[in-house]
Amino acid sequence: MENLLDSWGLTAATFVPMLGVALMMFVPKEKEDLHKKIALVTSLVVAVIGVLLLVQFDLDATGQLQFAVDHMWIDVINSHYAMGLDGMSLPLVLLTMLVVPLCIVYSWDHFPAPANPKAFLMLILILETGMIGTFMAQDLVLFFVFFEVVLLPMFFMIAVWGGEDRRYASLKFFLYTLFGSALMLVSFLSLYFLSGAESFVLTDLAQAVAENGISRTAGLWIFGGMLLGFGIKVPMFPFHTWLPDAHTQAPTVGSVILAAVLLKLGTYGFIRIAIPVLPEAAVEWAPWIGLLAVVGIIYGALGCLAQTDMKRLIAFSSVAHMGFVMLGISTLTDFGINAAIMGMVAHGLITGMLFFIAGSIKERYHTLDIARLGGLLLKAPRMGWILGLSVMASLGLPGLAGFWGEFPAILSTYNPANGLPVETFRTYMVISALGTVLAAGYLLWLLQRTAFGTPTEEFADLDIPDVTRHEWIAWTPMIALILAIGIYPNLIFRVTDGAVDASLNECLQVNTQEMSAEDIEALHCAPVYNLGSGAHVVDEHAVSGD
Amino acid sequence: MTAQLLALAFERPAIDWHAVAPELVLLTAGCLITLADVIFLEKARSFTAALAGLGVLATAIPLITLATSGADRVLFGGAYVVDDFALITKAIFLMAGYVVILLSTNYVAEGDYWENEYYGLLLASLMGMIMMASSRDLISIFVALELLSIPAYLMVAWRKGDARSNEAGLKYYLMGVFASAVMLYGMSLLFGLAGSTQLTDIAAAVASGATSTSATTLAIVFIIAGFAFKVSAAPFHTWAPDVYEGAPTPVTAFLSVASKAAGFVAILQLLYVGFYGRADVYEPLIWILAAASMTLGNLVALRQTNIVRLMAYSGVAQTGFIIAPLAVAGHAGLGDQALSTVVTYLAIYAAMNLGAFAVIITLSRKTGSAELSSFGGAFSYAPGLTVAMSFFLFSLAGIPPLGGWFAKFEVFRVLTSAGDFWGYSLAVIAAVNSVIALYYYAGIARRMWADDAPEGDLAPVPTTPSLVIALAICAGVTLAFGVVPQIVARFTDVSLLALGG
Repeated sequence: MENLLDSWGLTAATFVPMLGVALMMFVPKEKEDLHKKIALVTSLVVAVIGVLLLVQFDLDATGQLQFAVDHMWIDVINSHYAMGLDGMSLPLVLLTMLVVPLCIVYSWDHFPAPANPKAFLMLILILETGMIGTFMAQDLVLFFVFFEVVLLPMFFMIAVWGGEDRRYASLKFFLYTLFGSALMLVSFLSLYFLSGAESFVLTDLAQAVAENGISRTAGLWIFGGMLLGFGIKVPMFPFHTWLPDAHTQAPTVGSVILAAVLLKLGTYGFIRIAIPVLPEAAVEWAPWIGLLAVVGIIYGALGCLAQTDMKRLIAFSSVAHMGFVMLGISTLTDFGINAAIMGMVAHGLITGMLFFIAGSIKERYHTLDIARLGGLLLKAPRMGWILGLSVMASLGLPGLAGFWGEFPAILSTYNPANGLPVETFRTYMVISALGTVLAAGYLLWLLQRTAFGTPTEEFADLDIPDVTRHEWIAWTPMIALILAIGIYPNLIFRVTDGAVDASLNECLQVNTQEMSAEDIEALHCAPVYNLGSGAHVVDEHAVSGD
Repeated sequence: MTAQLLALAFERPAIDWHAVAPELVLLTAGCLITLADVIFLEKARSFTAALAGLGVLATAIPLITLATSGADRVLFGGAYVVDDFALITKAIFLMAGYVVILLSTNYVAEGDYWENEYYGLLLASLMGMIMMASSRDLISIFVALELLSIPAYLMVAWRKGDARSNEAGLKYYLMGVFASAVMLYGMSLLFGLAGSTQLTDIAAAVASGATSTSATTLAIVFIIAGFAFKVSAAPFHTWAPDVYEGAPTPVTAFLSVASKAAGFVAILQLLYVGFYGRADVYEPLIWILAAASMTLGNLVALRQTNIVRLMAYSGVAQTGFIIAPLAVAGHAGLGDQALSTVVTYLAIYAAMNLGAFAVIITLSRKTGSAELSSFGGAFSYAPGLTVAMSFFLFSLAGIPPLGGWFAKFEVFRVLTSAGDFWGYSLAVIAAVNSVIALYYYAGIARRMWADDAPEGDLAPVPTTPSLVIALAICAGVTLAFGVVPQIVARFTDVSLLALGG
């Protein structure tokens, strides 16, 4: 069993959904119940594989790739089928495996028009393959392929099952992301050629960059290309404009998957690829990333205050929350990136929940216009309280998951990594702290306008059913996790810490106060890290080289 | 006695019969079709298409035996060469030809057009293509080009009753002849400079620098311009939309894939065997052709309302992608890579573009229209066709895991590995263009998936076995090439430089 998991575990986790898709292809469209069952069983099998992986996962070696497989995939371009799981990817993989079956359960009885569960569920399963594959891929070409596989099902989900403006929104989503990923691909290729790496496997690339070096300009350009590719996916300000449209128009389940997992593909790309492979370019870009993150936090929050549509408001809050994640990443510290991963998981659960609730409200009221809602607590008290809990979690109330994403991210900016301008980042800290106040403002206001008060006249006599059975099944695990992580954040930090530490360049983390000058010199850090004697070290090398 | 006389008058050059076996088999099939028409008259209609298909498949047998025998074969003093490059490109032509026959089967029969002549001409044109793959001499290249073009002029005008088809035929003919003339002039200049029509001799002459630069440049520009017409590269693409629209759709598929590939094969041979040493001349020329084709083709495609015209412009853009690697082909160590990339792209392009045309032909059996609006709501009455079309469209756009991504990836790989401004700038232009292209490809898919069917007509689409087989071949190949690109990459790992020196 253990051996089987070692060599086949990740492959199975990635491709079992495709087996489900293949099976469903041969079942006629009319057998809707059968389709639902196949899809649910498939996603549950994936989840079981996920649990098995978790059980077998060595928590004392989270920094290493476990269950790794590495086979030649495309000879001519030295691309490998390299998959692996470490502490950075594990939480996100498990999040994906959790969210997908919940989405299938949620949509059990109410598929958005035009129904057709067969096609809808097949798309969800294809999405699952793409998402899990992206989090596990250790080869840039493989990563790129999975990263793109996700696009098609999401495009169709929005285009076919979306709201009024679905045609515009789906295409906007698709074009934005593709634009980013096309330039990202050019970056990947230049990285491969300029570093002279043996293959596209990440470890080979990082090693080649460290050994052969890469010119400063090239590094900056390549990092810039990745910034665009990943940044659009996150989405970072100013590339965020596709997000509110896509979220508002997508069917509920589409929004949930988009918020819970798809956005994380971008942030994951930063911490898995961009920063470990090009740490020096990262140091130079970081203040700008931090700036965009802070702008995103404030802009997202202000955007929220102006929204009249509940789903659009939640979408804008995503921009703000992902801003906190990017802020944590931009510090390039162990602490900041751990906070970022926590933020990713927490945002996935919380915003996923909010979109679920928004979908359920829309189904009952046939509108998400905040001004027309109200008195949810009177009409459907349980749902009202769940909304309240999710809103509290989202604004970062201590004791709930959201807090552990935001608070450490803000804290980490007090002490950014070596080579980063401390004053700038402390300024970011102050501004982003203001952002949390705004977040509390718009979220509480949302709660006040929708849940409190008395129902508006048009819905006063309408019978609003409370949380249904399928909704309970779909929501309970997410609420439980929001609480569990909130009370015991070590659930996540314990897993991620080792991996984040291992992924960061030593020079970023050296403590100049505690280490002796000789030890620092022995690291041969580039001047960009600004380790005091850095320039001196380089000079000495030049001399000894002669 | 007669044999002796003949032997005196004409010394037969040594012929490697195995090497020319594919051509002979195809020729035999063509003759059989013509004979069948004479002998069986009307009764022949029922089996001509099958005979043509079998002929093409039978031609593949000697190709396989040649591939397994390994060694390169050189005939007629180097004018005709059967090497790995020739074999893989011949295989691409034959596969494309076979799918076109499948697409034509019902179209030609139901339209009540002449069948024997159609398939006879189709095989003749294919014959020209597989000859092109082996031609390493100006004269054999020209003969092959005319052999593949002249039947195509006729086939474009096959819908005799339709003025558009006649217009298309005439337009294609006039423009084609003009291009040939320009190219011939270039060839005559080249002959004057090198004193030989053999590409290897020309290579030795023009690369040495002994020839006048201006005359060489003029010759190369004229020849490439002539073939740029054939592959519909901007600014020599203006015939394509009208001809594609007017021609019978299976013929359009044939032109957009096989005929275009033949043009590329000719360009590759001329470039690599003939004037590889003159990178200073052809690299800038191809850079401009590639950038112009991609940008112009994509921008104009955005405005199209007819799917065949749209495919014509998207074909122009794809030409830009296919030709782009050649813009850095002269860089040290990149020659073979660029060549393999072009051949890889051609193989994948053949599968996905033919697939798209197969869907267009199938759907228009119901709608009888090629307007984009007639594609609305196809998902509700033909989900299988819609999924297949999405496969082909997104493959053309280069979205993994469909075949097209690997083709585009290879193009980016070659361009970035050049490592200079020209390579990077073309890569960025290509990246931006792939986004523009996605806009209209995704637009078609979105119409089919999300729009309502015109007039609520949800009757199923009448399909035929041959169309289903054609679709299955194209979809299978498109997906297989995307998931395991190694399948195509190991066959396209070819070189022409060993010969050109």
